[in-house]
Amino acid sequence: MVRGMGKYLVNLPAVTGRRLVIALPLIWLAVFFFLPLVETLQVSFTSPRRGIPPYEPLWGIGDDGLFTNFTTGNYALLLQYWSDYFGPAFNSIKLAFFSTLVCLLFAYPMAWWIARSNEKWRTILLVLVMLPFWTSSLLRIYALIGLLNPNGFINTAGLWFGLIDAPIQMMQTDFSIYMGMVLTYLPLMILPLYAVMIRLDADLLDAAADLGGSGVQIFRTIILPLTLPGIIAGSLLVFIPAVGEFVIPALLGGPDQLMMGKVLWTEFFRNRDWPVASAIAMLLLAILTVPIIYARYQDGRDAVAETPNPKRVEAG
Amino acid sequence: MGRMNGLVLSLGALGFGILYLPIIIMVIFSFNAGKLVSVWSGASLKWYAGLLKNDQLLSAFGTSLLIAVWAATIATIFGICIAVAFVRFGNFRSRLALSAIASAPLVMPEIVTGLSMLLLFISMESLFGWPSGRGVDTIIIAHATFGMCFAAVVIQARLRDFDMAIEEAAADLGATQPFIFLSITLPVIAPAVVAAWLLAFTLSFDDLVIASFVSGPGSSTLPIVIFSKVRLGVTPEINALATVMIVVVAAAVIGASWAIRRRLSSRDQNQ
Repeated sequence: MVRGMGKYLVNLPAVTGRRLVIALPLIWLAVFFFLPLVETLQVSFTSPRRGIPPYEPLWGIGDDGLFTNFTTGNYALLLQYWSDYFGPAFNSIKLAFFSTLVCLLFAYPMAWWIARSNEKWRTILLVLVMLPFWTSSLLRIYALIGLLNPNGFINTAGLWFGLIDAPIQMMQTDFSIYMGMVLTYLPLMILPLYAVMIRLDADLLDAAADLGGSGVQIFRTIILPLTLPGIIAGSLLVFIPAVGEFVIPALLGGPDQLMMGKVLWTEFFRNRDWPVASAIAMLLLAILTVPIIYARYQDGRDAVAETPNPKRVEAG
Repeated sequence: MGRMNGLVLSLGALGFGILYLPIIIMVIFSFNAGKLVSVWSGASLKWYAGLLKNDQLLSAFGTSLLIAVWAATIATIFGICIAVAFVRFGNFRSRLALSAIASAPLVMPEIVTGLSMLLLFISMESLFGWPSGRGVDTIIIAHATFGMCFAAVVIQARLRDFDMAIEEAAADLGATQPFIFLSITLPVIAPAVVAAWLLAFTLSFDDLVIASFVSGPGSSTLPIVIFSKVRLGVTPEINALATVMIVVVAAAVIGASWAIRRRLSSRDQNQ
């Protein structure tokens, strides 16, 4: 007891140090991440004005005491012009959903290929997957434009080889958006899939094959259920950022591909209607709340299931 | 399962093709004398020469470098704090709050983060007069904020694998906590700290959306300048710039994975 107290007294600086270690990031994130969201919520309920900043204060203390400029007009406007604003919401979700599917279509065999390769090839293929991830996605999308343009590489090559008679319109279509999404988000889908596939026991597959299971049967009853956590994790990693994506619809999409990120950007920078932009931001968050919370719940379960690897501890 | 393997290989190869074809074509045509990324009109280095004379791109590059170094450094220090708190401090009172607030930025759409950060900076300026206007400092703050959450994830993973018995032994021998951290823990997690710094650096250096909101006059970053040039049409100098950046990143990634492989294999031999 006394010894315990003595230890506490000796550790007094350590206890304040501990508090500091927790408090520093907590305060930083509260000020620069949480407060901004509260401020955006406030601005989404005010009206725009000419001036700096281009919106009325939501509340304040003036000559006549407390005043408020509370209005739900921005949200009413979102409802009213549903074809302009809610249309993009569904467009965002639709494009993000199908982008996730297309990513999965390519990522699944790629991850399988990597997981089933020998060690040397696995390292090479993994580096090939990671490499684009470390380079600017803006520059990769720019490179894609050079490929898809009417006078770009694909059309020129197609015309030259006589495969097509006239340039195909690929830019500013859903196709160019899906290509951009795959180019940007494919590594995010491959890595969680690879993580579950590398842990998949090859003996299980051999046993199933020995017992006469067909390829399709083995895939449906063993591989698919065991890789489902990776499919879910990867899909969330792709879907969530894809819904709010701005650069891809702005550079690859046409006027019809109105995704929410692009509408928010236009309202903010071109129309300078900051309250409506804030309302769109809040709507975007509301749509993403369910997948975000689900992703966090999955993370928590993974952290609990994660057991320390004795071999790595020894090596460290 | 031979038939399935064929399907797997062809879809997989197509996937790698989608990832790399645009980059390869761009790299090849950055040496093209003509402006188009489709018609070869002779080899030339003129876009690279133009790049060296383009003051707008060069100064934006400098701005981005400055921002990314500062943002990554702040993000790594705070990321270490978050990771240590989660892995070492057990169940402290604000754990739930910290875990929620440190993981939400990972999944927040950039466009929402950017807009809300700007709105905060504006209302802070009208309340306390700081930050006066937007510029390099506001971009550093914004980038450090989401960077520290990614840094924390990377460092946390390494810290979890680390044998606590060594720290406990040091504490029993009378070492103070800061001393233990600096002399034992930090050297062991150093590779993860470096990886976290590089990740935060890359995220900052590549960010267009958040920087567009919180930048001010005279603080245009490289992605902001590239984006405005790309919107205006074909600019072959960007091909040259992208090639330089991709070569640098590729060399770094390949070099790093080669070093890690060598370290791992030498470690296996020692065991």
